Amino acid sequence: MKVAICAQGTHLDAPMDLRFGRCPYFVVADPQTGEWEHVPNPGPGAAGGAGIQAAQLMIKLKVDAVITGRLGPNAMEVLKKAGIKVYEGTVGTVRQNLEAYRQNRLPLLTQPNAPGGHKP
Amino acid sequence: MIVAVASGKGGTGKTTVSTSLALVAAEKGKVCFLDCDVEEPNAHIILKPRLSGQEAVRVRVPVIEQERCTLCGRCADVCAFHALVVLPQEVMVFSPMCHGCGGCWHLCPAGAIHPGWREIGQMEEGECGKIRFVHGRLKVGEAMSPPLIRAVKQRAQAGALNIVDAPPGTSCPVVAAVEGADFCLLVTEPTPFGLHDLELAWEMVSQLGIPCGVVVNRSDGRDEPVEEFCRTRNLPLLMRLPLDRDVARGYARGIPPIAVHPAWKGHFRELLHAISERAGLKCAKS
Amino acid sequence: MREIVILSGKGGTGKTTISGSLAVLASNKVMADCDVDAANLHLLLKPVTRSSFPFYGMPKARINREKCLECYLCVFRCAFEAIEPGLVVNESRCEGCAVCYHTCPCKAVEMVEHVAGRLHISDTAYGPLVHARLGAGEDNSGKLVTAVRREARRLAEEEKKELIITDGPPGIGCPAISCLAGVDLVLVVTEPTLAAKHDLERVLDLADHFGCHAVACINKCDLEPAITQEIERLCRQRSVPVVGELPYDEKAMEATKKGQPVVELGGPLAGQITALWREVKKILGKR
Repeated sequence: MKVAICAQGTHLDAPMDLRFGRCPYFVVADPQTGEWEHVPNPGPGAAGGAGIQAAQLMIKLKVDAVITGRLGPNAMEVLKKAGIKVYEGTVGTVRQNLEAYRQNRLPLLTQPNAPGGHKP
Repeated sequence: MIVAVASGKGGTGKTTVSTSLALVAAEKGKVCFLDCDVEEPNAHIILKPRLSGQEAVRVRVPVIEQERCTLCGRCADVCAFHALVVLPQEVMVFSPMCHGCGGCWHLCPAGAIHPGWREIGQMEEGECGKIRFVHGRLKVGEAMSPPLIRAVKQRAQAGALNIVDAPPGTSCPVVAAVEGADFCLLVTEPTPFGLHDLELAWEMVSQLGIPCGVVVNRSDGRDEPVEEFCRTRNLPLLMRLPLDRDVARGYARGIPPIAVHPAWKGHFRELLHAISERAGLKCAKS
Repeated sequence: MREIVILSGKGGTGKTTISGSLAVLASNKVMADCDVDAANLHLLLKPVTRSSFPFYGMPKARINREKCLECYLCVFRCAFEAIEPGLVVNESRCEGCAVCYHTCPCKAVEMVEHVAGRLHISDTAYGPLVHARLGAGEDNSGKLVTAVRREARRLAEEEKKELIITDGPPGIGCPAISCLAGVDLVLVVTEPTLAAKHDLERVLDLADHFGCHAVACINKCDLEPAITQEIERLCRQRSVPVVGELPYDEKAMEATKKGQPVVELGGPLAGQITALWREVKKILGKR
């Protein structure tokens, strides 16, 4: 079981970043074992298509769920098709959001809640 | 010969100048008008052409043959525009992001991708009196205009005076419109905005190596900054149209200035003459 | 935080004149100039640059002739005809797709970083301004717009500003589309000419296409009252509120020539723009 949390820093106590495509890091954690690692997001520097790129990274990392604040339609479509669940996190640390996820307190996101990223 | 009419700033009077130039030139010779402001084409409002033909303009996009695809991920890796995503069960294409470079279909190791088509807009053509008229209309929501602009420009006629109405700005759509012209008119207005953007437009046209000249529209007689600019850049100031409320009202209703003030035809004849001399080519001499 | 973007479709209808005045009227905001290929807002707001950094566009291909075996595969494969017969890359045509880089059998192509413009964060008498300058003839204007908006948002978050006011580009293409993602309100500035009305419809279609709420302002509304009425009707049919009708006023031209926001000159136009801003704020507050 792997969960990716959008983060402003490289560790569990870093503040969560509400953006998906453009958060600087993902903290990828196993909620059962508590093991975790950080993965840099290729998106922030990308001129366009950041959400799609980040979604592709989630697939490559084989995560089961993503915790983010805002998600656009392109990234939502990719994650949905890849069978990755999306949960809406809140302001706080990565650890707090992971804990909330473990206790089933985060709402499941089934529709994009951010407007579409720009095309090319 | 191709004469492009451009301006950095929008709304300075490109279409006013280009359409009047076409109407005056058509009195003496063959004219083809190419409205390349495909995001917001307006010349038809003044020229009122009878449109007889329509054609979809398309660009290349990848089509995935899912049964041959091995999901290796090479296509998404090579796509510089992030238009492809490899899912565990299929490849997804985000065609609005695709530039049609062909990287994916050239490099797919399984040969599972072939080029298909996507429509980006319409090209319409017709006649208005003796003027051949062509314009492009970019589909709403479509970001990439240069392929449509190039398609419109391909309708340029040999032996005619081809007038290209360019989009505002100084970036790639303007380059696509102006590239290959024999001469470029830069239309400006005597405001700090007009002058600032004239400089940017001049930089862009000079980089393309196209000779150009300036037209000042809505002149109130106090055009010293533009005059100074032209002097220092050795740029000819070819025409000055005065600020005129009747002309503005005429334009509002789609009436060209030479119909409001027939005496202005003389200005445009002189402009045409100056352009053909400077472009060093024969054209519809007035 | 809210963001409002000012568009027009047709150029020269008064976007920057209005944005410049909103910069004076609105409090606690960041201004952003997203007309990146012909930016003008700085001419009114007189910014002092705080920091400035390069904007990287797509990289450009370069051919190393020492490694090149002149097989011309790159020439055939380039969809943009950017590699000239002498095996020299025409940088203005190169879109940075890297097909040549991937296909070259002797690895003679490198992709080189390319500075396509500059981005500035500045201070003005009216608050911070994020603006940019795209290199002449560059593509990537949409990407630079995205970068300007991103900086504006970051700055607004950092400095606890409640609002971003974005002066947009003309047209409905790449840079205009880039202005729309995630905005709360689009203010379309139009004028009573058939051309501007035609272009207004296309901008409203664009706003609809991306699910953005739009309001309209008719500038120089007394120039051609019949067309002003047609525009009012069009807006009514499309449920687009007309938040202001500004008569032609020589003060506008005078202010532009002086390089000053027109509301600072006072007079009836200043009052009308203030009323327009009040109306926009009301609508923004409801959303």
